[in-house]
Amino acid sequence: MSHSISDAKPAAGVPPVTRLAGRRLPRWSPLAIGVGAIVVGVAIGAGAGLKSHVQWGLIALILFVAGSYAVTAQVEGRRQAKDRVATSLIWSSFILAVIPLYSLVETTISKGAKVLDGTFLTHSMNNVLTIQPGGGVYHAIIGTLEQVGIATVIAAPIGILTAVYLVEYGRGALAKWVTFFVDVMTGVPSIVAGLFILSLWFVLLGKAPASGFAGSLALAILMLPVVVRSTEEMLKLVPNELREASLALGVPKWRTITKVVIPTAIGGISTGVMLAIARIAGESAPIALLVFGSNMINTNPFSGPQSSLPYYIYQQYGNGNDPSYDRAWAAALVLIAFVMILNLVARGIARWKAPKR
Amino acid sequence: MAKRIDVSGLSAFYGTHRAIDDISMTVEPRSVTAFIGPSGCGKSTFLRTLNRMHEVTPGGRVEGKVMLDDENLYGSSVDPVTVRRTVGMVFQRPNPFPTMSIYDNVAAGLRLNGVRKKGELDSIVEKSLKGANLWNEVKDRLNKPGSGLSGGQQQRLCIARAIAVEPQVLLMDEPCSALDPISTLAIEDLIGELKTRFTIVIVTHNMQQAARVSDRTAFFNLAGVGQPGKLIEIDDTQRIFSNPSVQATEDYISGRFG
Repeated sequence: MSHSISDAKPAAGVPPVTRLAGRRLPRWSPLAIGVGAIVVGVAIGAGAGLKSHVQWGLIALILFVAGSYAVTAQVEGRRQAKDRVATSLIWSSFILAVIPLYSLVETTISKGAKVLDGTFLTHSMNNVLTIQPGGGVYHAIIGTLEQVGIATVIAAPIGILTAVYLVEYGRGALAKWVTFFVDVMTGVPSIVAGLFILSLWFVLLGKAPASGFAGSLALAILMLPVVVRSTEEMLKLVPNELREASLALGVPKWRTITKVVIPTAIGGISTGVMLAIARIAGESAPIALLVFGSNMINTNPFSGPQSSLPYYIYQQYGNGNDPSYDRAWAAALVLIAFVMILNLVARGIARWKAPKR
Repeated sequence: MAKRIDVSGLSAFYGTHRAIDDISMTVEPRSVTAFIGPSGCGKSTFLRTLNRMHEVTPGGRVEGKVMLDDENLYGSSVDPVTVRRTVGMVFQRPNPFPTMSIYDNVAAGLRLNGVRKKGELDSIVEKSLKGANLWNEVKDRLNKPGSGLSGGQQQRLCIARAIAVEPQVLLMDEPCSALDPISTLAIEDLIGELKTRFTIVIVTHNMQQAARVSDRTAFFNLAGVGQPGKLIEIDDTQRIFSNPSVQATEDYISGRFG
């Protein structure tokens, strides 16, 4: 125990620190470099006669990253310069990721808002010629709500219970196989899920399906692995101490799971279910195969063809005339709004149910 | 209420690894028994075998007998859930249920075991919080989340939760190691009061604490890393700390360990 810290020699080549304070760039410098890069980028782009504004932006971006490095390296030193480059790269990636999202939302709103009104939301396409303006998505909204609703009723309980099994009980070979097949299911393309239900329907019932319920079954297959995976991750986040605390009170394991583990994770579980719903709400392939699409209002998901929002968009866009294009964009806006409302609801539930402090 | 614990020839395993080997001891009712010893010597593992929490760990397995008065905890027809209702436990880190209020935390053990009547719950919650010396601090905010309390208060909340189901034995696994000296003092005072009603077993790394709170002290040790932990001796606390019969105990207590 005779070693003391002062015995340690500084590594060769590292100069001793003489002063703690060094030269710093002012806080506004990234902004100034950014503005400068944009100005120079626009100047180069315009001067060289580049038509695409994307190229202008890319030049500005490269100038920004290189400029930050050069300026910071001059004033603050190389380590800070690398730090600044990493920061600017992350910000640039963020902006690159947001541009398509913004563009998508902006295009959909500007093109979709044209025909999106009360009539559009409350009328079907029955007796509306495709080249006429008018008509609406009511039948498709009903179809989406029913098909997605039934799929959720089927897939969410099975998925959550599977995840509970995997996290709380699963040991050995069965759990490994279940995990493996969940992984495999994650990769099943939606058209394959649709074909599976189609052939199953023919084998069991000997006729073509043509009902919203058949579509729901295919959607449930697509939804199941997403629910299992997200729920599994959420249950794993519940500290083991809580399970032990409950068990040590003489609470049986199943009550520990239902009253302590799941309530603690319910925020994350509901978010996961909502995201899975959002994923299947945009599927059109199984609907085309199994539900066939329809122009009329059919509220019964167990008999007769129905439509759905993604299928409606596909159908209208395929018509190839201006009134149909307008309807397709408006339906796309409705679908985006539907998914966004679901996400907001999920966030609300997550916040409301989150462990309080 | 309090019961005697009689352990004979108890060994505990993690998979094939033997964590504690052939332990026999008697824990007297309405007394405090302290377990001391170096880290990894199996004190906590042994404690967890006393309410069948050891087998909750994957691969956990126990051999031997633990008699609670005249019943073997490891008898073939014994339900571990019933054992844990009889032998309560307080953990090292305070672990109130984060989704529940202070009231619900204390009522959790009762509710989850089927007590539903509001009046009955109210009186038990108040009694348990008073028993844990927490009532005066929380009586105006019973509906606030338990995780908003300070560490010491949270630990007393966990003690209230444990005594609410009226166990006969209370196991405490280093209950003060995450707490400051003032909260520790509060818990130690509480242990002194609780021992009139319960049989208490406490694991501690703090030898002064063992000397202060316990009537009997057991010293555990292990021969080396990877070796199973063993009970070296158990005796009246006063004798262990003044005149132990084994040299290893004296070395450990006086700091000449290792």
